[in-house]
Amino acid sequence: MTIVQRRKIRGVMAMTLSALAALFGLFWLGFILGDVLVKGFSALNLDLFFNDPAPAGDEGGGLKNAFVGQLLITLFATLIGVPIGILGGTFLAEYGKGRTISRIIGVLADIMVSVPSIVIGTFVYALMVKPLGHFSGWAGAIALAIIMIPVVVRTTEDMLSMVPWSQREAAFALGAPYYKVITQVVYRGAASGILTGIILSIARVAGETAPLLFTSFNNAYYSVNMNEPVSSLTVTIFQYAMGPYDNWHAQAWAAAFVITVFVLALTIAGRLVIKWRYR
Amino acid sequence: MSDQPEIAVTNLNFYYAGNVHALKNINLPIRKNAITALIGPSGCGKTTLLRCFNRMHDLYPKNRYEGEIHFQGKNILAPDTDLIDLRSRIGMVFQKPTPFPMSVFDNVAYGLKLKGVKKRSDISEKVEKALHHAALWNEVKDKLNSSAYDLSGGQQQRLVIARALAVNPEALLFDEPTSALDPISTAKIEELTQTLKKEITIIVVTHNMQQAARISDWTGFLMLGEMIEFDETQKMFTTPSVKLTEDYITGRFG
Repeated sequence: MTIVQRRKIRGVMAMTLSALAALFGLFWLGFILGDVLVKGFSALNLDLFFNDPAPAGDEGGGLKNAFVGQLLITLFATLIGVPIGILGGTFLAEYGKGRTISRIIGVLADIMVSVPSIVIGTFVYALMVKPLGHFSGWAGAIALAIIMIPVVVRTTEDMLSMVPWSQREAAFALGAPYYKVITQVVYRGAASGILTGIILSIARVAGETAPLLFTSFNNAYYSVNMNEPVSSLTVTIFQYAMGPYDNWHAQAWAAAFVITVFVLALTIAGRLVIKWRYR
Repeated sequence: MSDQPEIAVTNLNFYYAGNVHALKNINLPIRKNAITALIGPSGCGKTTLLRCFNRMHDLYPKNRYEGEIHFQGKNILAPDTDLIDLRSRIGMVFQKPTPFPMSVFDNVAYGLKLKGVKKRSDISEKVEKALHHAALWNEVKDKLNSSAYDLSGGQQQRLVIARALAVNPEALLFDEPTSALDPISTAKIEELTQTLKKEITIIVVTHNMQQAARISDWTGFLMLGEMIEFDETQKMFTTPSVKLTEDYITGRFG
């Protein structure tokens, strides 16, 4: 066998292996998605969105509490996490650019992105739930916000850094102070990129269960009081899927369907914004 | 050289961070309502000198000026200079067009809003005037609300000039304003400088010696951070008094 033949064989082998690995990954992804979509869709009905849960074991009822709770927690997490994330990213890309402190913060943000979310849940548990003596929607929102912050910080920083310096200089040359250069010129240039980061970070936290188990916990009743335990789709799925009743299982599938479609839609929206921006 | 120059540079030395001595003992009178061109080979310090006039170097840490630049009798290198005020009086146009990511109208209105002009009618009036002034009005009057990025490169550069003119500056700094443009756009901008100089003082850095000869009244030739020769453009390009200038202008190097 010549060297060339050997190389060709090795090339084919490498390509086959990597294609198989990719297919293996895609297969499970397709399997899970397909399973959730098929089983979830068949369990969907309007009652699910407009009714409170039926007493355990009874037929019927809905998950209005979980849908509303999920929206509330995600909304407040976004309201807390996004402004902090954008301000932090602005510091890294603008005021703190090139300084040691911003390099340290950048590395810490990267580490925080990969911290297991349950660790954040227990952290907020120790910080808020334990001292206050009860689970609350606020604790859940804060836990999710903490997960969002490093994601938003990093994307904001990246997007601001992509705005060319010449544009900042042009604004300075007109007599603009730095904060106006940032808010009126740089943010505009980076807006769609930052928006993408926000959308993707919402998608990232909307599917979280672990941090909510220790914070907002769950609530079998409809409640919009963020000082009380608030139900969420993900924790409800966890609880219902483990439960003994068939209609719980069906509702868990339906909830899984809704949250999956929601997260998918957000992710696709985020990607579309990127595409539209950089076409 | 009887009257007082609009801008007088006296013994100017400039150091970039890390103590790079970029400008060496520059002395230069800039005449009011005239165009002064700065020429010289790449890296000679002409852009560095230009960026001293609106203190752009202050944006980056550890840059250092020595000496004085008097603008209308006041030393603008003094530490108590209000840079925001200075930059609204001495505008700047860059090598590449730098429109902001907003509409044509908002681009021109930007400096006015910075200055605190609030009345909508005032702003509209000044924007229109500036666009006329920059010889762009006829081309953009129907698309004031579309993005500035939809304009051509030459139009963008005139838009940026209009943006600088809208705040009524007393001087304008041009940093190779046509080097990224086609000949027709270049001609338009050169023509524009001739009308502008009736009202404001212009300093232009250019790589293009023909351009300097065509548009300027005074020319300064820099090399390695030193002002080799400064004189009336006509004299400089016909009978330069320094051999080095002659060699550069005739294309023997650079």
